[in-house]
Amino acid sequence: MKIGIPKEVHEGERRVATTPDAAEKIIKLGFEIAVESGAGEAANISDDAYRQAGVTIIESAQALWQQSDIIMKVRAPEFHPALNVDEVELMHAGQHLISFIWPAQNPELMQRLADKQVTVLAMDSVPRMSRAQKMDALSSMANIAGYRAVVEAAQHFGRFFTGQITAAGKVPPAKVLVIGAGVAGLAAIGAAKGMGAIVRAFDTRPEVKEQIESMDAEFLMLDFKEDGAGTGGYAKVMSPEFIAAEMALFAEQAKEVDIIITTALIPGKPAPQLITADMVASMKPGSVIVDLAAEQGGNCSFTEKDQVVVKHDVTIIGYTNLPSRLANQSSQLYATNLRHLLTDLSPQKDGTLFVNMDDEVIRGATVIKEGGITWPPPPPKLSAAPAKDAAAVKAHQKAEPAPASALSQWLPLVIGAAAFFGMGSVAPESFLSHFTVFVLACFVGYQVIWNVSPSLHTPLMSVTNAISGIIVIGALVQISAPAAIVQILSGLAILIAAINIAGGFLVTRRMLEMFRK
Amino acid sequence: MSHGLVTMAYIAASILFILSLSGLSRQDSSRRGNYFGMTGMAIAIVATIFSGQVNAYVGLLIALSIGGFIGARAAAKVEMTQMPELVALMHSLVGMAAVLVGYANFLDHSSSLSGAEKTIHEVEIYIGIFIGAVTFSGSVIAFGKLCGRINGKPVLLPARHWLNLALLVITVVLGNVFIADSASGLLPLLVMTAIALVFGVHMVLAIGGADMPVVVSMLNSYSGWAAAATGFMLSNDLLIVTGALVGSSGAILSYIMCRAMNRHFLSVIAGGFGTASGGEVAEVEGEVIPIEAEETAQLLHDSKNIVIIPGYGMAVAQAQHTVYEITKLLISKGKKVRFAIHPVAGRMPGHMNVLLAEAKVPYDIVFEMDEINEDFPDVDVAIVIGANDIVNPSALDDPNSPIAGMPVLECWKAQTTIVLKRSMASGYAGVGNPLFVHENTRMLFGDANDRLQALLKALQN
Repeated sequence: MKIGIPKEVHEGERRVATTPDAAEKIIKLGFEIAVESGAGEAANISDDAYRQAGVTIIESAQALWQQSDIIMKVRAPEFHPALNVDEVELMHAGQHLISFIWPAQNPELMQRLADKQVTVLAMDSVPRMSRAQKMDALSSMANIAGYRAVVEAAQHFGRFFTGQITAAGKVPPAKVLVIGAGVAGLAAIGAAKGMGAIVRAFDTRPEVKEQIESMDAEFLMLDFKEDGAGTGGYAKVMSPEFIAAEMALFAEQAKEVDIIITTALIPGKPAPQLITADMVASMKPGSVIVDLAAEQGGNCSFTEKDQVVVKHDVTIIGYTNLPSRLANQSSQLYATNLRHLLTDLSPQKDGTLFVNMDDEVIRGATVIKEGGITWPPPPPKLSAAPAKDAAAVKAHQKAEPAPASALSQWLPLVIGAAAFFGMGSVAPESFLSHFTVFVLACFVGYQVIWNVSPSLHTPLMSVTNAISGIIVIGALVQISAPAAIVQILSGLAILIAAINIAGGFLVTRRMLEMFRK
Repeated sequence: MSHGLVTMAYIAASILFILSLSGLSRQDSSRRGNYFGMTGMAIAIVATIFSGQVNAYVGLLIALSIGGFIGARAAAKVEMTQMPELVALMHSLVGMAAVLVGYANFLDHSSSLSGAEKTIHEVEIYIGIFIGAVTFSGSVIAFGKLCGRINGKPVLLPARHWLNLALLVITVVLGNVFIADSASGLLPLLVMTAIALVFGVHMVLAIGGADMPVVVSMLNSYSGWAAAATGFMLSNDLLIVTGALVGSSGAILSYIMCRAMNRHFLSVIAGGFGTASGGEVAEVEGEVIPIEAEETAQLLHDSKNIVIIPGYGMAVAQAQHTVYEITKLLISKGKKVRFAIHPVAGRMPGHMNVLLAEAKVPYDIVFEMDEINEDFPDVDVAIVIGANDIVNPSALDDPNSPIAGMPVLECWKAQTTIVLKRSMASGYAGVGNPLFVHENTRMLFGDANDRLQALLKALQN
C-alpha cells in the first residue's frame, strides 16, 4: 500500500511524520512511501535525504492526498491555506489516516472524517500499556516538551542554573519546581538537574515519589492521605481539602524558587489552576514560569496560549508547540512511533494494513473504522501502578516472627551441657584428650572457614577434599599389620586416599592459577 | 623416628592445614594456602611412613603412586564445568577409604584394649564405618545426579521419613549387638554397612537438583567427620584435627548455601522441595517480549553500566568463554561491565566463579550478591544467562511462592534486563518467574552459547 506524508500546514508546525531512517524500515515492511516536497525542510530533512532512503517525492499536495492509501501526519487535518480547501476534503473513502486527532476536543472533525468513510487511527488514543510504549507518541512528545521547557526557561532566566564559586563571587544555583511528574515533568527534572539546578517536584500520585527521587530531585511531600492515581496511569481530580493543602505548599514554594514548570493535566478536563496571581506576585523578580498545560487553559492564571507574557516581573511562557521547537528530534521519535504502529498493523510484513479490533492497542488507537466512529474505546484494563497487595502482605508477615522463646534458646545449651556431663562421667582419660582436640579443632575450623571468600568456595571444597585424604595416615599405620586381609584393605585405602590427595591439591592449584586480576 | 618427632610433625601438619584454609580467605593468598596444604600433607605422610609402626614399604609405595597418578591425571583432565562431579566423586573416595580403614582396624587384633576403652573403641569403629558408608553412597548418587546419569528430580518414596527412621533404629540396635559381642561382630558390621549405603542413596535421591550445592557441601562435611571418626578410632590427633576442620568447613558451606536459599537445613535434607503447598501461589501472567541478538547489541552499545548474571545455563552451554569475549569487547568500548554471582548459582558453592576464572575473567569485576544488589537501579542493562530462581522477584513479593524469602539478585531494577533462555520452562524449583514478563525485560531465546556468539558478532560490526 502507498503511504503519503504531506507537509504540515498548521502555522508554526515544523515536524514531519517520517524521517529517512524510519522510511527505510517502513519500506522493508512492504509499503511504498511518498513525501510531499519540502515536508521535512523545517525539521532539517531535505528531499534528497528522503530520496536516498527510497522515498518518492511528490510536488503537489493534492496529488499526494489523492494517490495515497494511508496518510500519516502529525497534526489533525485542518484548513489548507495554499490549496484553500480543508484537508478532510482531500480524503476519499477507504483511505486510512494516522495522526494526532484529539477526538474528545474535536467532535466536529470526527463527524466530517466519518462522513468521508475513512479509517482513522489517532496517535493520541494509543492506550498507555507496557506493550504500546514504543508507539506512545504522547509520551515521546511530552518528553521533548519537558526538555524544551527547561531550555525555554533558561533563555528567559537571567542567571546560571548551576551554582558556581568564581573569582568574581559566588553564584547560587537556580531552584526549579516541577509540578506534575508525568513524562514531561520527569524530562524537565532530568534536564534541569543536568544543568545543575536544585530541583523539587510535586505530584498528586504518591507512587511517582520513587521516580522523582531516582532522578535525584526532591519530592515535596504533602501531609495528606489521598491517592491521585486514576486509570491508565493518569491523574484524577482531587478533593477540595487536598487542593487547599496543595495550594498552600505552592504559595510557600513560589516565594523560594526561581523557575516553576507546570505540567498538571487531567485527561478530558481543563487544566487545574495551581499558580494564582498572588503566588506570581510573591515570586522573585526575574523568575520564570513555563506552563506546559497552556493548551488546556494553563496551570497559571496569567498564562496566555502561545505567548510569553511578563507579569509582576515574572516571565510566563505559554508555548504549546514545544515539541515542534525541537523539530528534528520530535520528528525522529514520532516517526519511530508511527513505524512501530505500522509494524503492529501489518503482522504479515506484506505492505497491507490489518486493523485488528481484537488487539487492545490497535482497538484503542482506532477512532473511526470505515466511516463508523469507534471512539471512545472500552476502558484500559491495567493501571500502570503496581499492585500493592503483595507488598503489604509481605510487610505484615515480616513483622510476625516473634522473638524466639526462652525455651528454644536455652534448650540446645542444656542438652549440650548434659551430653558433656554424661560423657565426662564415663569416658576414660585417653578419649577425653582426643575429644578436647576435636572440639578445639571444630572451633578453629569454624573461625577460619567464615573468612573464606565466597568466590573461592569451589577451591575450598577441592582443597578440603585433598586434606581429608589425610585418612591415608590411618591406612598407613595399619598396612604393616600381620593379617593379609588387613594389609589388602589398608593398601586399597591408601590407593583411594592418594587419588584424593593428588587430585584435590592439583585441581585446586589449576583452579587458583586461573583466578587473576 | 621417635614418637615425639612424629607428634611434632603432626602438629606442624595441623598448623599447615589451618594456614591452608585461612589462605583461601583472599585471592592473592590462596595459592600460597594450597602449597601450605601440600606441604602439610607431605610432612604427615613422610612422618607416618618413618614412624616405626610401618614396614610394608613396597605395598604402600605402589598404592601411593598408583593413586597419586590417577588423581593427578583426573586433576589435569577435568573440565571446569565438571568440577561439581569431580568434587562429589572425591567425597565418595574419602567415604570409601574411611570404611576400608574401619574394617582393617576391626580385623586387626594386635591392639589390646579392655573395659570402657574397648567399648569406646568399638563405638568409634562402628560410627566411623557408618559415616564413611553414608558419605560414599550419598556422594556416588550426587555424582550421578550432577553428571545427569541419574534424574535430577527428587525421588520421593512413600513414608520416606519413617523409612529413614527405621533404618536408623536398626543401625542402633545392630550397634548394641556389635558391642556386646565384638569378637563375632563382623556380621552386624556388614549389615550395618549395607544399611548405611542404602541410607546414603535414599537421602540424596530425595533431594532435588536445585539443592545440589547444599548436598555437595553437606557431603564435604560428612567426609570430614568420617576422617575425624577414623582419628578417634586410631587415637590419631592429626586425623581428628583435619577431619574436624573439613567437617566444619562443609557444615558452614551448607549453612551458607541454605541461607542463600532461605531454606532450613533440615528441610533440604528431608528432601522433596517444591512439593509442599503453603497457600495459593500467584500465577505469572503477562506478555513475553522477545528480542534479537542485533537489537541486544544495539542496546549494549547505548548503555554504560552493564551487569552480567550467570547461572547454571551458562555452565551447560559452556558459554563462559564467549561471555568473556563480549565482556572484553564492551570494556574496550568504555563500558563498565561487572558480574553478579548468587551464592547458589550453579551446582556447587563458587561454581560460577571458577567458570569465569577459567575464561580468564578478572576476579575484581566479579561481585557477590550482597556487594552488587543495591547497585541495580543504576544499571543500564542486566544480562541474565541461564539463571532463573536466583533472579525471581516473587521470592521477595509473593509470600506464597515456594522460594519466598530467598535473597535474589534484583536485576529487574535495572533499566533493561535481557534474559537468555532456551525456552519458557520454569526453573528447578518449578516456580514461574514474573521477571520474564516484566515490562523492562527482553527475552533472548535459544542456546546460550549460540545466542552469545551472535551477540558477539553483532557487537563486532
